[in-house]
Amino acid sequence: MLRAVVYASAGITAAVIIGLVAYILYMGLPNFSLSLFAFHYSSDNASLFPALVNTLTVTLLSLLLAVPVGVGAAVYLAEYARRGNRFVRVIRITAETLSGIPSIVYGLFGYLLYVTTLKWQFSLLAGCCTLAVMILPVIMRTTEEALLAVPDTYREASFGLGAGKLRTVFKIVLPAAVPGIVNGIVLSTGRIVGETAALLYTAGTVAHIPSSLMGSGRTLAVHLYSLWSEGLKTEQAYATAVVLLVFVLVLNWISGRLEKIASRGKKNG
Amino acid sequence: MKNNGREAAMKYVFFASACVSVGAVVLICIFMFANGVPAMGKIGFGNFLFGMKWKPELDLFGIFPMVMGSIAVTAAAIVLGVPVGILTAVFLARFCPKRIYPALKSGVELLAGIPSVVYGFFGLTAIVPLIGRIGGGSGTSILAAAIVLAVMILPTIVGVSEAAIRAVPSGYYEGSLALGACKERSVFFSELPAARSGIVAGIILGVGRAVGETMAVIMVAGNQAVMPRGLLKGVRTLTANIVLEMGYASGLHREALIATAVVLFFFILIINLIFMLAKKRGD
Repeated sequence: MLRAVVYASAGITAAVIIGLVAYILYMGLPNFSLSLFAFHYSSDNASLFPALVNTLTVTLLSLLLAVPVGVGAAVYLAEYARRGNRFVRVIRITAETLSGIPSIVYGLFGYLLYVTTLKWQFSLLAGCCTLAVMILPVIMRTTEEALLAVPDTYREASFGLGAGKLRTVFKIVLPAAVPGIVNGIVLSTGRIVGETAALLYTAGTVAHIPSSLMGSGRTLAVHLYSLWSEGLKTEQAYATAVVLLVFVLVLNWISGRLEKIASRGKKNG
Repeated sequence: MKNNGREAAMKYVFFASACVSVGAVVLICIFMFANGVPAMGKIGFGNFLFGMKWKPELDLFGIFPMVMGSIAVTAAAIVLGVPVGILTAVFLARFCPKRIYPALKSGVELLAGIPSVVYGFFGLTAIVPLIGRIGGGSGTSILAAAIVLAVMILPTIVGVSEAAIRAVPSGYYEGSLALGACKERSVFFSELPAARSGIVAGIILGVGRAVGETMAVIMVAGNQAVMPRGLLKGVRTLTANIVLEMGYASGLHREALIATAVVLFFFILIINLIFMLAKKRGD
C-alpha cells in the first residue's frame, strides 16, 4: 500500500516533467521561422534575436562582475579565515540571506539604487549590477565547497616545496577546484538567463539591441513576459519558451558533466 | 620583503571580497527601508498592513488582501507539492531501480532550472484553460497558481528531502529490518522520522520560493486585489502587486509599492530565520 503511494508520487513527478517539456516543444517547435531571428525587432516579426544578444551580453557582464568577487570571498572563507571566527559567521549568514531574497526585491533594490539614485536610467548596466548581487551567493557557495574538497595534502606539499600562501592558492588550490567553480558559473548562468522580475525595472523592456550598456534592452525571459503582457504574438511566445528551455537543457547537461569530473577528481585525490 | 607585501595585500583583497556580501545586504536593507517605511508612516501602519481596500486612485493603500493572497496561494501550493515531493524523494532514495535513477534525478534538476516565465506561460496556456473548462470562469485562479507553484517547488522539496533521507545512518533501516519490519515500514516509520528536521528545512525553503515567486504567479492568478474567495477565484499576491503597478506608479502610490516589497522582504527574512534554525536542529 505504502509502496504504491510512493510509486504513484514518483509517477506524478515523472509525468509532470515529461508533460511540461513535451508540451513546450510541441507547441513551440512548429512556430520557428526565419523572421523570428531577424536582426531588427518589429511588431510584425516579434524577432527574438535582439533579446538573444542582450541575454548573452547581460550574462557575460554579470558574471564578469560577480565571479571575481565571489571567488575571492570563497578563497577568504576557505583558505584564510579562522574557523569559528565571528565575522565569518556574519558573512555566511548574509550570503544565505542574499540567496533567499526574492528576485522582485532585487529588482526594486536595483531600481532604487542604480536607476534612480545613480541616475543610470533603465540600462543593461543597471540590470547586470542587480544580477551580479543576486548570483554572488551562488558563486560563493559552489566555490567554497570546491575549495574545501581539495585535499589538505595538496596545500602541505606546496608549502613543503617552499611556496608561499598566495602561490599555493593560485597555482595549486584554485586549479584543483576549477570544475566546481565552473559549475557555479553554469548554475549562475541558468539563473541569469531565466531571470525576469529583477530585470523588468532595471534593464527595462526595450525590444532592441541598445547601442551601449547605458541603453535599455530586454533579455529572452523578459521578452517572453512582454509578449504575454502585450497580449499578442502567442506563436512567437511559444517559440521563445522553446529557446529558453534549450538553454536550460544545455546548461544542466554541462553542469552534470562537471559534477562527474569534480567527483572523479576527488576519488583520485 | 616585496613578496610579503603582496601576500598581505592579497589577503586584504580576499577579505574585501568577502565583505561585499555583507555590504550588499546592508545596502538592500537601507534602500528598501528608507524608501518604504516613510510611506507606511504616511498611510498609517494599521491602515497599510490591515487595510482591506487597495485603490491607489482614491489614495487607499491596504495590502491585507495581497498578504492573504500570498498566504493562500503558498498554502495551496504546499498542500499539493509537499506530499508528492517527499514521496518522490523516498522513491529516489530507497525504491528507485538503478536504471531509472539518473533519468528521474536529472529530470527533477531540469524542473529547478526552468525559468519562472516559462512556468507562467505553461500555466497560462495549458492549466488555466483546463480549469476554466472544468470549473467555469476564466480559469485564472488560486488553484492555477498553486498548481504551477507546486511544480516549481517540487525540485527543492525532492532535493533537500532526498539528501536528508540519505543522511540517516543505515543502522536505523537495518535495525528496523532486523526487528522484522518490512521495507516500507522501515523506511516510513524508522528512517523518515529520523530525517524529519531535514525535510522540514526543505519545506520551509519551498515556502520561501513560493512566497517570493513573481512572474509565474502574475500570469495565472488573475490579479484581482480582493480577499481570497475560493480556490477557483482570482487573487493577487504581494509580488504581483509590485510588478503590475510599478511601471506607472508615482508619488505615494510608488512608495506604497516599495513598502509592499518591505513587507515581502520581512516575510522572507522570517522564513530564512526559521530555515536556519531548522537546519541547525538537523545538524
